Amino acid sequence: MQTTVSNREFTAALSDPEKATPEGIRGPDRKKSAKRFDIYRNNVIYGLIEALGDIFPAVERLVGENFFRDMARLYIRANPPDSPLLFRYGKAMPDFLATFEPVAHLSYLPDIARIELAWLDAFHAADRSCFSAADLAAAPESQLDDLRLTPHPATRVIRSRSAAVSIFSATRSGASLSEIDPTAPEDGLVTRPGHDVQIRRLPPGAATFLQSLIDGARLADAAEAAGLEYAEFDLPAAIRAMLEAGAFNKRGQET
Amino acid sequence: MSKNSIIGASAVAGAVAMALSGATLVATSTGAAAAEKCYGVSLAGDNDCAAGPGTTCAGTSTVDYQGNAWTSVPNGTCLTMDVPGGRKGSLEPLDRDLPA
Repeated sequence: MQTTVSNREFTAALSDPEKATPEGIRGPDRKKSAKRFDIYRNNVIYGLIEALGDIFPAVERLVGENFFRDMARLYIRANPPDSPLLFRYGKAMPDFLATFEPVAHLSYLPDIARIELAWLDAFHAADRSCFSAADLAAAPESQLDDLRLTPHPATRVIRSRSAAVSIFSATRSGASLSEIDPTAPEDGLVTRPGHDVQIRRLPPGAATFLQSLIDGARLADAAEAAGLEYAEFDLPAAIRAMLEAGAFNKRGQET
Repeated sequence: MSKNSIIGASAVAGAVAMALSGATLVATSTGAAAAEKCYGVSLAGDNDCAAGPGTTCAGTSTVDYQGNAWTSVPNGTCLTMDVPGGRKGSLEPLDRDLPA
């Protein structure tokens, strides 16, 4: 008689209620215990569905709770957790949404999920003091071109072909979506200068500017890259956004 | 490090000066937030047994969602937005709730 259950057998049965209770699952009375396994199975799936709802509240609101929960169940079956840390769960959601037929008409939805993952990353990122306006003012003018900055651990640049930033912000705050044109491309910046995650829309070119700086470019080169992409690039506005958002580390806190 | 940068050195310095002018310098002493961070409250992480009303079949339902329920459509706030193609919502009203 088989008395042990392989991990693989156990986990496969966990996410698929069509699968029979694995052999070897016994109650205290040594009898097969399908009901006990069902209870455990239910709690596992329920916990994961709840976690996905906590990670992707905007996606959930956009598609509705019932729809989201049913979709989450399929997601869990296709993408079981690979870490015991629930806050790391859900990384495959953008790709899942991009290929999930029933939401194919919501072309912005994968980017909403990307923003929510970036939001969570920022939330859990290390605390650092931010490069401030005073820090920039202290830099000698002759060295401004060569200035290189270290990205704050929470900083994420989002580029979307849809109005993902506006949709995300309005959805999380419960504002009306009816004025938003979902097809207008938007860039966004996620930061956490203090304890609260912030997201803001970026003016055209600023995403390239900031991403270049994050990748280690000199200030002058980052500005040039943005200017090449968008001729009307507003460098002062981009610098202001970067300082207000706290996108980079204070000097001397390079790690 | 191209010398023939379309944005010259003076342009960067000027932009920085513009960015620093006005209200920006007094802006947000970031990082000095008064609130204390509550570690560990991130996700509920509910791995608990508190399966509430309507959730008791979450892990045990065998309804074939591919076949049936997915003919239904999202019923959330996305319906208030214009979708490509110009039809607001564009979606048929839900004729029934998805199975719990």
